[in-house]
Amino acid sequence: MAEAVQARSSSKAPSKIRGAIVRFAGDSGDGMQITGSQFTSTAAMLGNDLATFPDFPAEIRAPAGTLYGVSGFQINFSSDDVFTPGDRPDVLVAMNPAALKTNLAALKPGGLLVANSGAFSAGNLKKAGYAENPLDGDSMSAYQLLSIDISKATLLAVAESGLSTKEANRCKNFWTLGLMYWLYNRPLEPTLRWLDQKFKKTPDVLAANAAALKAGHAYGETAEISHERYDVPPAVHEKGTYRNISGNQATAWGLVAASQLSGTGLVLGSYPITPASDILHELSRHKNFGVTTLQVEDEIAAACTAIGASYAGKIGVTTTSGPGMALKMEAIGLAVSTELPLVVINIQRAGPSTGMPTKTEQADLFQALYGRNGESPVCVIAAATPGDCFYMAIEAVRLATKYMTPVILLSDGYLGNGAEPWKIPDVSSLPKIEVKHRTEVEGFHPFVRDPETLARAWAVPGTPGLEHRIGGIEKSFDSGHISYSPENHQKMSETRAAKIAGIANDIPELGIEEGEASGKLLVLGWGSTYGSIREAVRRSRARGLSVSQAHLRYLNPMPKNFVELLSRFDKVLIPEMNMGQLVKIVRGEHLIPAESYAKIEGMPFTVDEIEQRISQLVEA
Amino acid sequence: MSNVVPTRNLTRADFSSDQDIRWCPGCGDYAILATVQRTMPELGVLPENMVWVSGIGCSSRFPYYMNTYGFHTIHGRAPGIATGIKVANPDLTVWMVTGDGDGLSIGGNHLMHCLRRNVDINILLFNNRIYGLTKGQYSPTSETGKITKSTPMGSTDNPLDPVVFALGCNASFVARSIDVEAKHLGQMITRAANHRGGTFTEIYQNCNVFNDEAFEAFRAKDVKDERQIHLEHGKPLLFGADKRKGLRLDPKTFKLSVVTLGENGMTESDILVHDETNQTLAYMLARMPFPQFPVALGVFYAVEGETYNARTEQQVNFSVDKQGKGDLTKLLNSGETWTV
Repeated sequence: MAEAVQARSSSKAPSKIRGAIVRFAGDSGDGMQITGSQFTSTAAMLGNDLATFPDFPAEIRAPAGTLYGVSGFQINFSSDDVFTPGDRPDVLVAMNPAALKTNLAALKPGGLLVANSGAFSAGNLKKAGYAENPLDGDSMSAYQLLSIDISKATLLAVAESGLSTKEANRCKNFWTLGLMYWLYNRPLEPTLRWLDQKFKKTPDVLAANAAALKAGHAYGETAEISHERYDVPPAVHEKGTYRNISGNQATAWGLVAASQLSGTGLVLGSYPITPASDILHELSRHKNFGVTTLQVEDEIAAACTAIGASYAGKIGVTTTSGPGMALKMEAIGLAVSTELPLVVINIQRAGPSTGMPTKTEQADLFQALYGRNGESPVCVIAAATPGDCFYMAIEAVRLATKYMTPVILLSDGYLGNGAEPWKIPDVSSLPKIEVKHRTEVEGFHPFVRDPETLARAWAVPGTPGLEHRIGGIEKSFDSGHISYSPENHQKMSETRAAKIAGIANDIPELGIEEGEASGKLLVLGWGSTYGSIREAVRRSRARGLSVSQAHLRYLNPMPKNFVELLSRFDKVLIPEMNMGQLVKIVRGEHLIPAESYAKIEGMPFTVDEIEQRISQLVEA
Repeated sequence: MSNVVPTRNLTRADFSSDQDIRWCPGCGDYAILATVQRTMPELGVLPENMVWVSGIGCSSRFPYYMNTYGFHTIHGRAPGIATGIKVANPDLTVWMVTGDGDGLSIGGNHLMHCLRRNVDINILLFNNRIYGLTKGQYSPTSETGKITKSTPMGSTDNPLDPVVFALGCNASFVARSIDVEAKHLGQMITRAANHRGGTFTEIYQNCNVFNDEAFEAFRAKDVKDERQIHLEHGKPLLFGADKRKGLRLDPKTFKLSVVTLGENGMTESDILVHDETNQTLAYMLARMPFPQFPVALGVFYAVEGETYNARTEQQVNFSVDKQGKGDLTKLLNSGETWTV
């Protein structure tokens, strides 16, 4: 029988395609995030370029079957360059009616819909608001419907495992993954290896999940599935060793790297908050790098422990998201006033207030730039892609320690949780970070400055002869003692501003990512919009439009050539996931009449949206 | 505290900065500063290895007057900063100065967690039962009904007792003293300095501008013997000019009472003996209502335990031992990779 099956399936040779977009959607207890990340790992190992978008509810276990309990994971994998998780999926896997209801509109017309008919019970249909079962009749005729009772097939596949029905039912995500591996002609081994590791201690669960994975794959082989199979060949990557990396993992590793590159210990003060907690988790695993992680009582204490560590000569870091950022602001102001290095990482999420914790947004730019009392300039930088988080974390440490200043690194939920293939850098190619702790007593006072960088001396407790007092009260420029002198306050305010402005001499100029150095339209972005803009500009250029892309990684100070570069274009378009923040700075401070494309839906821009806006502006 | 042995003879001058002191004339803070500066040379810690951290308020100006490292931070947050300093460099001796507003109102949360974690820092809380720097509003330790600018009809809050608070937080060392009792205060500071682990010392401090004579009822020379009881480990809890009054525990009601030796057949064997390791006794002594009972001064509780900073450091060392010193190339190449 097995041989016969083999013969039949091999007669169906997979057809080669450039790429595909697959979305897994199910109940938050259905394991869709694991399914998606396993599919991703395998695609990465096969050499596809890819981008992912995990989209999950804030509730840990929302009531089963509800619309708000749906968890999704979209992956775009391809033989070509991939910059985004893709707009509309080619394949939608819907594990229950609620997943179908909330995701069907995204599926491409004619796309493949894999539905777990076993979960389309009267109760689940009602919870999803379906009067009738949409899998019956012809309401899905716009798609290729593959209706399979995955629940039942899984129970059959794992019958021998000895698991309870409830536990056995949990294996259905691996059955589904097996089927998708069949569809895209992917090997099972990487996931089998992962299962071996993950369930080492529970052999029955391991065996059941492996059986389910194989059964899903076998179903594709044996069943009368008329659907064709696909092969997505590897992408052409630059030579090197690659891995898959998420933004939060890259951020954590960048911090570890910066600590190593500077030969200075790192202390993270943090308080758990979505979607930033994974950086705390990841850093906590790497204490053998001399990394200390403190989960403290609140966001304020998190910032303060980091400041205390910086004062004592370590690299003080605090990680958070928007609401936590608001709480830290007074402490950041203290680091501005005492001119201590401090790295603050904000994984932005939808606000205001609690907002939508698991949804992405870029609306904390103003908070980062202006969110403190008094004239309180800090350096603000932003990562563009998950892999870029690694380099920007290193850059944040470099600038904070060199200029004795807080540096705010902006990432967001989309970058933090999203993943991409990442070329592993050669450690020797990473920038050295020179940390100087002053020991020279002659001529010392705590605010004696480096004439070039204007950074004050970093004099660390324990150093003989440099005993001094600092605080949040204004200091005399000449002695560091408390000063209420009017002229001195003016001078110190100007000095603090000049120090931050001077960083512009120490950062790369703004470059063109895509397109010509001048033309009709420049699409300018910052942060996680990079991928959508890049792909939209590419497609528009392929249609012959005069459009280029530039992307800001340094928001304060901005690169020196910023105004000059923008002025080479007739128009500038700024897409942002907020109500238009960068655009206000460009218009208000730099007097460039840029157009805003502001979207605030808790979701990244689709390529299509930006492409349409480009067309409107260029063809107008 | 640091084990570094001083290589030079230290005097009070080594710990006194050149800054003009800006407290009001007559403020109790002067007396505390003088006692601290006199006591520091005896502790065996060089000024460069000492950091004084404070929050905001009158008492928090303290670090400016110490010729050590000093950090005047933000309101209520000194425990966080002090914790970061101690964890980053456990060799430093860290002292923290706070007040009843800074430590128990805006910073109550941080103080609580700092104490229960047993961070190896010495905390001095100057309690004047008033907000001084903001010019005279009531504080979390002001008595109910306190009439101030913000409470012209009297405050409606119940006050908090700092020693009870610290005991409730499981602080490993809890003591109380008075600003002008230089000898006693010096002893408490020395005890705190020598205690391995976090310490909390409440110091009754007179604000002669906004809450003058707040502690006179038991601080004044003519009444102090009768109205103070000094706690000494292993010694009977006696007080009064001739030490004829004492504290007795009624075994039936489990309440303390004041008894007089020689009256109603009371002898010294009826008197409780102070035990610094008994948290329940510490709590009872801290909760004694005044003036029915005397005010307890001294070390209420002291039990050394493992510190937060030591445990944190051990984890780093343990990880290095177990996983080897971190190798960045190995980290970046860990897990699934592929080569093009």
